[in-house]
Amino acid sequence: MTTPIMSVTDIGKHFGGLVALKGITADFREGQITAIIGPNGAGKSTFFNILSGALKPSTGTLKFRGTDMAGVAQHDYVHRGIARSYQITNIFPNLSVLENVRVAAQAFRSRFNIWTDRGTLHDVEERAQRTLVSVGLSAKSDTLAKFLAHGQQRALEIAISLVAEPALLLLDEPTAGMGPEETREMVTLIEKLAAERTILLVEHKMKMILGLSDRVLVLHHGQLLADGTPKEIQANAEVRRVYLGQNDGYA
Amino acid sequence: MAMLELDGLNGWYGASHVLHNVSFSVEQGEIVALVGRNGAGKTSIIRSIMGLMPRTTGTVRFDGKNIEAMKAHQRYAMGLAYVPEERRIVRGLTVLENLQLGLVADRKVIDEARAIEEIAQSFPRLQERLNQEGVTMSGGEQQMLAIARAMIARPKMILLDEPSEGIMPVLVEEMGALFRRLREQGTTLLLVEQNVEWALNLADRAVIVDQGEVVYRSDAATLLADKDIQERYCAV
Amino acid sequence: MTVAQNTTPASDGTARPSIQTSNFSRWRVPLSILALCVLPWILPSQALAVNVLIYGLVAVGYNLLFGYTGLLSFGHAAFFGVGAYVTGIAIGAFGMHWFVAMVTGVLAAGVLAIVMGALAIRTRGIYFSMVTLALSQLVYYTALQASSWTGGENGLRGFTVSTLNFAGLSVDFLNPITKYYAIMVVVALALWFVSRVLNSPFGAVIEAIRENETRARACGYNVERAKLLSFVLSGLLCGLAGTLSAMHLSIVPLDSLHYHTSGLIVMMTLLGGAGSFFGPFVGALAFLSMEDIFSLWTSHWQIIVGIIFILFVLYLPKGIWGTFVSWRAGR
Repeated sequence: MTTPIMSVTDIGKHFGGLVALKGITADFREGQITAIIGPNGAGKSTFFNILSGALKPSTGTLKFRGTDMAGVAQHDYVHRGIARSYQITNIFPNLSVLENVRVAAQAFRSRFNIWTDRGTLHDVEERAQRTLVSVGLSAKSDTLAKFLAHGQQRALEIAISLVAEPALLLLDEPTAGMGPEETREMVTLIEKLAAERTILLVEHKMKMILGLSDRVLVLHHGQLLADGTPKEIQANAEVRRVYLGQNDGYA
Repeated sequence: MAMLELDGLNGWYGASHVLHNVSFSVEQGEIVALVGRNGAGKTSIIRSIMGLMPRTTGTVRFDGKNIEAMKAHQRYAMGLAYVPEERRIVRGLTVLENLQLGLVADRKVIDEARAIEEIAQSFPRLQERLNQEGVTMSGGEQQMLAIARAMIARPKMILLDEPSEGIMPVLVEEMGALFRRLREQGTTLLLVEQNVEWALNLADRAVIVDQGEVVYRSDAATLLADKDIQERYCAV
Repeated sequence: MTVAQNTTPASDGTARPSIQTSNFSRWRVPLSILALCVLPWILPSQALAVNVLIYGLVAVGYNLLFGYTGLLSFGHAAFFGVGAYVTGIAIGAFGMHWFVAMVTGVLAAGVLAIVMGALAIRTRGIYFSMVTLALSQLVYYTALQASSWTGGENGLRGFTVSTLNFAGLSVDFLNPITKYYAIMVVVALALWFVSRVLNSPFGAVIEAIRENETRARACGYNVERAKLLSFVLSGLLCGLAGTLSAMHLSIVPLDSLHYHTSGLIVMMTLLGGAGSFFGPFVGALAFLSMEDIFSLWTSHWQIIVGIIFILFVLYLPKGIWGTFVSWRAGR
């Protein structure tokens, strides 16, 4: 079996006396879409924070493409190929839509150059433009990010992590606040992205997850409750009790 | 008697005219679902009813009285409660203290201990966490707290903006059961929702808003069956 | 194509620079220099004009950290003062050539900025401001105590620069007009430097940090190191202004290091507008002109200026220049 793109072994995290995660072990295969579900407070955000380097685990190891990520600083994660989008929109409000994505792209080219005109970094700008096209925001390039409608801000949110061209993309509730139409568009986008990268997805919309995911992990009280195909998870009695309810999660 | 009547409601954010002649009513003891796309004006309508829009014209009648000129806290004192999309659980306050806020803002004298006890019965998850800081709870639990806080002064009507957003399925089910119980007790509910199917299964009637106008009114069952209309205005 | 700044209100109403292109902004350095050239002929005195140059530079240097990186320092008088003191001591006590003394002064300010920055950047928000304030007061009290070097409360005296010999040119530094233009050359070069930094890739990095530090980090930027670099560049520029001040006045008052001066720098920046390249300079011009004019009428001119400042913060939070730029853009 080929090396999994991400491998977590016995990951645990505590904040003082509060245990947020315990004993999480899983391998993530390249090219798959894995959904992570579970009640709020189950540890999903903490798990994502650890996978993206924003937090260090209290116990356990995290290996990306076989390399232990223990000593790696958060700002280096994206350079290694791990990028993440946020549940609560986390953009650069007073910068234009293009600049939001351009500055993210620039990180791979130049970070401490105080002398040359950044307008000469055409490749960076082109990369940003291409990403805006792929999320459907190119018409809004010059608009300030804070003036975008909610759904567009979510698209920008994804674009910022996308422009990093990560091998592993972590999407935290990408459809938060979106109606059915926008959710469908996001699903189409994610399917397109999945062709070229591995995706981990936190979501509550079960219909969406079922159609999209190859595999589902269920977290509860910081521990792995279940790990299987979407159908298996839906049938799991314990998962139904704590999370899905009696309607297969369609409420 | 109609608990809530909107007649010719127009609303503006600065120069932007976002609501155009919105008129509909909600009967006492009903659940009405207000649906439509993102940006259609649903939240603006709710905010207008509560008195939180910068500028409106038109009539808003609540429980038989004209309330357009009243400030939000006065509307609350009349028995109109609001659960905003962002929940707005107050930092630094415990669950219990957030609930007490719902009583402090009210002008009627209510036996606090009994009110808390009653609420706790409807919300066992909150009962377990009364002394926990509100914002440290999970999103779903915060939503429950926001609803409990709106309910605690026994309002006549509750306005809810996207209560099921981001909430896990089993809790959404509990919420639905709670709303049905409220309806049985005679409380009126107006729900803004993007989870159209859930809302229509719950509601008695539905109103569709598109670009700041009311474009459709019917009972919920009819809309649930009409896929075309749903497709057109809610893009389901 | 140079990307440039126009102002945009942030959520607190104050101005933040934002990237938009405009013809005006492309030519900001030449236009600024043009304005500076005519300044001594517009203002009532050359002394005032020189002060505007010096404090304008301080404010622009400060704004690199404040308006562009989003870090509110209350300790920038330390860099201004250290630049001034070291230059004065280098000329007075060590008899250094004026140019060498200037470079030494700027470098001293830079070293101080590295130290202060490394300590302050571990903190955020109000704590950052407090740490910078505390550290600069430390510098103040050190200067007060080391009176054999600094002259203590009386300030540093006993050094004068009368002629500047540079590359075969001889500039009479005692003549107000030639002094002005000599200092203007340095300030113009500094402004050009700031403009380059703002247009550089690093310029985009600090703005991203200001807008959303955690996202900037997630995008792959070493935020701490970038903040430190911004801090040091800002310190160097304020130090440069300090060296010019020392050479201009031939004394260095102890007050140069006091938090009053730090506060003054913040005030000038906000008055002119933190949301643009040139705003802080305009703020310095406005403040010093008001001081000059009002102090003729009353010794309580600070009250008048204070009231005007409050009115601006309440009603025109973008500052003088920021409001003007917005108005021109038709907003």
